Amino acid sequence: MATFEVHVTIENKPGISDPEGETILNDLVLKGTHKTVSKIKTAKMLKFTIQEKDQKTAQSKIQEICDELRIYNPMVSKVSFDILKI
Amino acid sequence: MKVGVVVFPGSNCDRDMYHVLKDVFKLDTEYYWHEKSLPKNIDAIVLPGGFSYGDRLRAGVIAAHSPIIKDVQKMAKKGIPILGVCNGFQILVESGLLPGVLLKNESLNFMCEWTNLVVENNNTPFSNQFEIGQKIPIPIANGEGRYYVDDDTLKKLKKKNQIVFRYDEVVNGSSHRIAGVCNEDGNVVGMMPHPERAVESEINPIDNKPSTLIFESLLAKMGVSN
Repeated sequence: MATFEVHVTIENKPGISDPEGETILNDLVLKGTHKTVSKIKTAKMLKFTIQEKDQKTAQSKIQEICDELRIYNPMVSKVSFDILKI
Repeated sequence: MKVGVVVFPGSNCDRDMYHVLKDVFKLDTEYYWHEKSLPKNIDAIVLPGGFSYGDRLRAGVIAAHSPIIKDVQKMAKKGIPILGVCNGFQILVESGLLPGVLLKNESLNFMCEWTNLVVENNNTPFSNQFEIGQKIPIPIANGEGRYYVDDDTLKKLKKKNQIVFRYDEVVNGSSHRIAGVCNEDGNVVGMMPHPERAVESEINPIDNKPSTLIFESLLAKMGVSN
């Protein structure tokens, strides 16, 4: 068994408004000198630490947990996974 | 007639709801802690407002996994009237008993103000005493109250008459200004505004009568005279 850290990023699907990201972009970043930024999206990240035999199993287990317990709401959110061995 | 008020860690409108059911409408009302089961002889269930589990992860999602929700789901299938208010609505949505999802308000603000609802469906256990189009002055108090459904689901809701209450004007960015919906059978109703804060004239500066009809509807459904 090895220990993995799986980062689960939950963000709104395209088409679902993200007023917090828009405010950070329009009222903070673009009001400064950083005119090359075109979009900011907020997201929530959960960092899972898990013991599994390999990376693939660790990720599929986390995916299963996220689906089963509705860690994200599939109607409005999407998730992505980043995995590292620790 | 026995009504159960389900209490989760972080519920904070449970006592207001209990008071209204018991003292105003004279119903046999009991609290049920979320880890317990519901008795079989219960006639109606209310999931009150509040901040179950501090809204952690997402409003209502952790409470939706509470043991008592399995009983609530069974009773929903049997056709027993179930009302979810505010956080109770969020829990009903997250437990799959009602369609849609409640997102952060468009303004990102916690909104605490009086709104006007318009009745769209008067064929549920919580709206059968209204006329279609009747207005209800009623307070909202939420941060995650923006009801969202995609276009296809919205079409289905309209077709199956599942939109129970709409806001009279844009309040928080909800799809189609929806404030309350029901399941396909119509026995499970969820709404963001707080009827328990509006039924008594002492605390309603506008008109308490329309809000009382939400509870009068339940009494009518159960054949109980107040």
